[in-house]
Amino acid sequence: MDEREYNMAEEVKVFSTWASPFALRVIWALKLKGVEFDTVHEDLINKSPLLLQYNPIHKKVPVLVHDGKVICESLVILEYIDETWKQNPLLPEDPHQKANARFWAKFGDDKVMQSIGGGVLLKEGKEQEEGFAASMENLKYLEDEIRGKKFFGGETIGLADIALGWLAHYLDIVEEIVGLKLIDQEKFPSLAAWKQEFANAPIIRENWPDRDKLATKYVAMREANLGKGTPK
Amino acid sequence: MADEVTLLDYWLSPFGMRVKIALAEKEVKYEYSEQNLMNRKSDLLLKMNPVYKKIPVLVHNGKPVCESLIILQYIDAVWKGKAPLLPSDPYERAQSMFWADFIDRKVHDISKKLWTTKGEELEAAKKDFFECLELLERELGEKPYFGGEALGYVDIALLPFSCGFYTYETIGDFSIEAQFPKIRAWVDRCLKKESVAKSLAEPAKVHGFILETRKGLGFD
Repeated sequence: MDEREYNMAEEVKVFSTWASPFALRVIWALKLKGVEFDTVHEDLINKSPLLLQYNPIHKKVPVLVHDGKVICESLVILEYIDETWKQNPLLPEDPHQKANARFWAKFGDDKVMQSIGGGVLLKEGKEQEEGFAASMENLKYLEDEIRGKKFFGGETIGLADIALGWLAHYLDIVEEIVGLKLIDQEKFPSLAAWKQEFANAPIIRENWPDRDKLATKYVAMREANLGKGTPK
Repeated sequence: MADEVTLLDYWLSPFGMRVKIALAEKEVKYEYSEQNLMNRKSDLLLKMNPVYKKIPVLVHNGKPVCESLIILQYIDAVWKGKAPLLPSDPYERAQSMFWADFIDRKVHDISKKLWTTKGEELEAAKKDFFECLELLERELGEKPYFGGEALGYVDIALLPFSCGFYTYETIGDFSIEAQFPKIRAWVDRCLKKESVAKSLAEPAKVHGFILETRKGLGFD
């Protein structure tokens, strides 16, 4: 095979945005497995026709295109990646442990992100207090799960770490904006340790989106939701 | 050593019905433990699902698995010998997982609105519901099942919501058979299977329960 043929042997594209924590999961997973890929940068205000063609139902990023096969929804994409490229597995073999990893990944999306994003970042006053209380409850469950482990996946980064990974960077920005500490070292020592470990892990640490840019974006989101700021 | 399998469930839960269908397809013997959600939650439920405190929970040799789709994947991995629920090809699997996720995100919440709203809200919910069914009907195409030649993960994810079809049609004044004949035919085809027939709640029972609940909410 000449070089051209080899490169055409596998084409992997990721449709993403600079800020999306969901797209970041896919990028981490591919890099952790050493898979070469191209990134298609999307602007969600001006979605490309190709994105709309590939994800007509949700019209969102990330989308993975592997040799013409299109996969949407970040957690679905992660499972696909793990089944297709077997090196550095993200999920354990044991069915019960696998189920456990999937449970925490889903809990992260269904509960943790909802309470912190929707309940704390985008709210104020009493509503924010309630969001904060719910977030603390959710973080306690994570604390109990991570205790005694380096990563949710055990010794190595797994599916749950990747799904919850946004906590190790995006959360700092949320905390600064709202002036509230969520992953408090005193209250959640194991989770705080995991945050450090994950944020500084190889591959992970090289791919975080720009803090200042994220802060600007999140402040704008918060103000828009609270009815402040200039309407566009 | 014999497997010990218990299912913590509630008769009305579409999520519990999914697990019942899967266990029946795989011919797994299990103990069914009805959790009366109207009363105080049992110690067993709180122990087995401390995070959500919800059913269904599958307890296999003392270890719990929670969240219905995660349970389906678990059942498929453990009882491999019979009736595969998910395709073996990673891309086909991803498609199945995508559609089950779509069903979770859309069908449950929208279908609840079909009996808890009225007026403009109900009309909006109907529109959303029809959009969902249209997408699902397109995905089904000419296949006998979403899983292809045999019942699969997506079929099982969607089937329990069919128990409410009669109720939604009656309250919303529409006909699924008229608008989405393939979906209706698919439901009837699946009901011919024992695993499905004995796992789904009777539409009449569901209807009665929903009407009672609506009275309590101040409808009718």
